[in-house]
Parts: sequence; structure tokens; C-alpha cells
Amino acid sequence: MLVACGLFSLGVTLVIVLTLSIETYHFFQLDEVRLWDFLTDLQWNPLLGNEKHFGIWPLICGTLVVSTIAMLLALPTGLVTAIFLSEYAPTKLRAVLKPTLEVLAGVPTVVFGFFALTVITPALGWGLGWLFELNTYNALSAGIAVGIMCIPIVCSLSEDALRAVPRSLREGAYAVGGTRFDASVKVVVPAALSGIVSAFLLAIARAVGETMIVALAAGAMAPRLHEGILAGLDPTRETQTMTGYMVMIFFGDVSNYGPEYYSSYAVATTLFLMTLALTMLGHVVRVRFREKYD
Amino acid sequence: MRSLRNRLFVVVCVLATGVAAVVLVVLLGAVLYKGWDHLTIGLLTNAPSRRASEAGLKPAIVGSIYLFIICAVVAIPIGVGAAILMEEFPPRGRVMRALHRLVQLNITNLAGVPSIVYGIIGLTIFANMSMFPGLGTSLSPRYAMGVTWYDEFYDEAGNLLRVRTDRRDAPATVVTNGMTATLVTDTGVQETITVRVMPIEAIDALHDDEQDPSRQKLAGVLSPDAEPQRVSEKAWYYVQLPFGRGVLAGGLTLMLVVLPIIITVTQEALRAVPNTLREGALACGATRWQMVWKMTLPAAVQGIMTGSILAMSRAIGEAAPVLILCGIVYISFLPANLMDDFTVMPLQIYNWASRPQEAFHGVAAAGIIVLLVVLLSFNALAIFIRQKFNKPLS
Repeated sequence: MLVACGLFSLGVTLVIVLTLSIETYHFFQLDEVRLWDFLTDLQWNPLLGNEKHFGIWPLICGTLVVSTIAMLLALPTGLVTAIFLSEYAPTKLRAVLKPTLEVLAGVPTVVFGFFALTVITPALGWGLGWLFELNTYNALSAGIAVGIMCIPIVCSLSEDALRAVPRSLREGAYAVGGTRFDASVKVVVPAALSGIVSAFLLAIARAVGETMIVALAAGAMAPRLHEGILAGLDPTRETQTMTGYMVMIFFGDVSNYGPEYYSSYAVATTLFLMTLALTMLGHVVRVRFREKYD
Repeated sequence: MRSLRNRLFVVVCVLATGVAAVVLVVLLGAVLYKGWDHLTIGLLTNAPSRRASEAGLKPAIVGSIYLFIICAVVAIPIGVGAAILMEEFPPRGRVMRALHRLVQLNITNLAGVPSIVYGIIGLTIFANMSMFPGLGTSLSPRYAMGVTWYDEFYDEAGNLLRVRTDRRDAPATVVTNGMTATLVTDTGVQETITVRVMPIEAIDALHDDEQDPSRQKLAGVLSPDAEPQRVSEKAWYYVQLPFGRGVLAGGLTLMLVVLPIIITVTQEALRAVPNTLREGALACGATRWQMVWKMTLPAAVQGIMTGSILAMSRAIGEAAPVLILCGIVYISFLPANLMDDFTVMPLQIYNWASRPQEAFHGVAAAGIIVLLVVLLSFNALAIFIRQKFNKPLS
């Protein structure tokens, strides 16, 4: 019976792969869809009556824009916070900061979405309104919210990696006359690099798969890549990510097995493959390139 | 120069760390500010409504509780069982060792899958079951238990008449003179009545009868071409196969989300048990299974419980899989059985937050406060368990 429990997880993965493959296969069997169009077309509006386009690139662009903004915020902040917590912070400060980060990690993503819609967007509009015009639904505030959500992940995983570095390396750095900065940034961080890179990749995977924040704050219009690359990458505009599209389709209770229903499966497969690649890459980096400290 | 760079870096570090702390404070402050006025008792006991002042969380709270129970009942045994298998019974042969590594890698990958994919999988596998042909659709299931089907007529006096039918797809009842039906009054009282079928002219004559304003004579009278409507009454133990977009499917989908977390946490709790305990049990003559059940598990149960509580608190806050599974988000009644529609707290908050009216944003903020209070109490419970039962193991 225990073996059944153990094999259950394998079964789950198998079920995921099978279900997504079968439904995606159905998607590509439809008359209106061709695999070449899916991979190369620059428009995505499967809900339009006559002119349906099924190119995946606009949705990938939307996801990438939001995730890039999120990572620009989360990766440096998380890493520097981790360095501070593991190298510099006195114990009492650490006892206060770690629970704070744990609380931030435990906040549901709906709350971040609400925060993005009601606080970040007005604040950005008020602060940066003279610089450019900000739509109510935009990728910038969604990206910032996703970044804030990912900071605790980056921080805790990086801190684990940094603490795993033995003291002897730090003491060696001090012994040759280094400051704390030298010891931290020039010795410890490179020693823990595999863990840090793995933390980055896991955070990217988490940001790519984030749903509720973009559903609330980023809007429902796929980036218009056919008007030019820059128009599609504009963060002040309304955008739609892969997860946002899936929410939109299933939200409307579409149960007639038409192309819209199957298109969401195709998008889900793309998303699953992306996060799978990122997670496996993170695992490989952590295991393969792990430094032996002794 | 170098010491200047050192001190500058300390400033940078403090700033970066401050970002996280400041963001948390701003977040909580904004939520409290927006939601404090809307935090009333009505929020906890009302159902959602179109008016912001009357909107409430009751169906959402009940739905969350149901989902939590189903998810915990299914996920914790499977997760703990899998973790025990991985940790306590390590494989010997080469093939089994490779399988062991594969399962471990698999669990790590499953933890990284976005929750919305789990929602789609749950919708396909548990709700629609479109993988298995011949099960019908979720609205017209192949197997159902605990449901009775009726044909409803309205007689000429305006009363509701009900006739039992055998199955959902049985042909419509043909009105015959003298068949028995159940009359359901407005107050819910049910009484048996004999149906009288009269031709249209006689019915019209009775309608025009001025001595009978309350239409007593018309009770139970149906015209020959009366057409029924098929309705169903579901008992509290109603189950159907495929499960449909109900509470059971939602709980199973959430189980998929938390399973990798529980397995990982249990594995770490089992690893924290020192080997001396295990060897002592084996030295006393216990079998492997006895050692696990009576020695290792009780020693690790504190860590397992803490981790499970934290995993379940994450499950309560998950809205994406439930959103995919439910579809319709405007639920104003409690789920009546395991297959009924439902909603959960984060989903209700999403529904309110995505409305354009400002008042609903305030209600959403109040709902967030309720949700955060629930989650914080879970975390506090976990910490309390960690402190209270922290017995040294060696």
C-alpha cells in the first residue's frame, strides 16, 4: 500500500502529461489550427468571429514582459537581502526579519493582485504620470506585484545556499585582509553560486506560472505584436499572459468543445513545458555544479 | 577606499532588506485602511449580493472549510505514505534505486508546476472525466445516486404538482385521469392528490365560475396537453460519476496542489529523526514496519503536523485552481451536497476586486483581512505546536 502512495506521484505526472498531450492533439486536429501558425503567427485572438489567429508568441511575450519586470525587482533585492541576513545581520535583527519574510511568503496571491490593482497602479500613475501614460490595466504594476511575491522565494533559497558555505572560506578571506564586503561578495557568493542560480530559476518558474495577480491587474488583451515588437513589449499597456488567457477562457464556462476550449489546453501545455524546463534546469544546476567545500 | 565600499554595501543591504519589510507594512496598511469600515458581522454571515453594503462571505467560508477537509483527508495520508516509502524503505537494487531517484526528481518537478495547470487537470480528470468514454458529461452523468427525478406540472389553480419518474432520461409523463401526484403548497406542505383530466371547455367553465373565487374546484385539474418540467431533488449524500464541478472535485484538485509540499515536508521531518532511535527499535527485535509505525512516526509527527498545517494554509489561499474548476463565480448559497457548486474565500475576494465599483474594493479588502486572520491563526497554530511539543529526540 505504501508503494501505491509512492507511485501516486509518478501517476500524477503521467496524468498531467497525458491529459495535456491528448487535448493539445485535439487542438491541432481542428481545421482552423496549424502547428506552424501556432509557432510563428504573431497574432492571438481566437475569440474573433471570422479572423481567428492562433499564434502563441503574443501570449509568450506578455508572460515574458511581466516576468522580466518581476525578476528585475526580485532577483537583486532577494539576493542582497539574503546576503544581509546571512552575513551581516545581528541575531536579533535576523529573528525579526525572517518571520517577516515568512509572512510575506504566506500571503495569498489574490492579495498581491488586489494590492497591484488598488495601490500600485494609482501610485505609479500619481508618481510617474508626467512621464508616460499608464493604463489602468498594465503590465508594470502586475510585474512589480509578482516581483514582490517572488522576493521571499529568492531570499530564502539563496540564504540556504549562502549558509551552507563553511566558515573556513570566510575566515580565509578575512585572513588575507578582506573586508566583510570582500568576503561576502567575492568569496561566499561565488562559492554558493549553484544554489543561487537554482533559486533564481525557481523564482522565474514561479513568476511565469503566476495567475491571480495578472488576472486582476494586467488585463485581458493580448499584446499586439503585429504592430511591431515595441508595441507588444510596452509595459504601460494592457497585456495578457498565458495564465491570464486560461483564466479568461475557463471563467466564461466554455464547455462546448470548440477551438477556444482546446486553445487553452495548448497554452497550458506551453506553460507546463516552460516551467518544467526551468525547474529541471534549476535542479540540474544545483546538483551538478554543487561545489565541494572540503 | 575598500572600507568605503564596505560601508556602502551595508547601506545597500539595509535598503534592499528594508524593501521587503516596507512592502509588507504598506500592503497590510493599505488593506486595513481600505477594509476596516466594511468589516462587519454581516460580512461573515451574509451571502454575496449586488449591493456592496450587504455582501458577505458565508458561502465562501463554508466552501473553504469543505475543501480544506476533503483536501486534508486525501492529501495527508497519501503524502505521508509516499514520504515514508521514500525515506524509510530505501531500495537496494539498481533498478529500484533509479526508480527512487526518478520519484524524487518527480516530486521536485511537481512542486514547481503552476497551480493553474493543476486546475485544468482537475477539471479534465475529476470534474468532466472526459478521458474515460461512456461516463456522460457532468451535467448528465452516467451514474448518480441519491437523486429522485420528478415531473412538475402546474394545475389549473396554479398549484405545483409533482409526479415521480424513474430516471433522468425517462420519457415525459403523460397525464392520465386518476393518477396520483403530490401537491406542494407554498409553505412546503405536501399532500397526495388525484389528478383529474378535463377537456378544455370544462376547464374554462370552471375558471369562469364566480361562486368559487379560490379555485377550489380547480385543484388537481390538468388539461390533456399539459407539459411537465423535469426537476430533481438531491439528497445530502448525492454522488454522481463524473464528479462535476463540485466540492469533491475541488478538494481533489487542491490535493494535487499540496501533495508535493506535504511529501517534501514529511521527508524532512523523517530525516530529522536521529538514526539511534531507529537502530534501538531494530535492536529490540522490531520489524521494519513496526519500527516505522511505533518509533519513527511518533518521533516525527510534530514536524509532519507543522508542515502539513503550513501546506494546508497555502491551499486555503489558492484561488487559481478553484477558479478553473468552478467557472461561475457568483455563488450565493451554501453547497448542499458533495457535487454542488461552491466558492472559496480567495475566489470571492477576486470576484469583488475585479468589479469596477469602489465600494466592492473596500469589501474585498475586508475579505482579505478575514482571510489573512485565518491564515495567521494557522501559522500561529503551527508555531505553537512546534514550541509545545518540542521534545528532544536524542
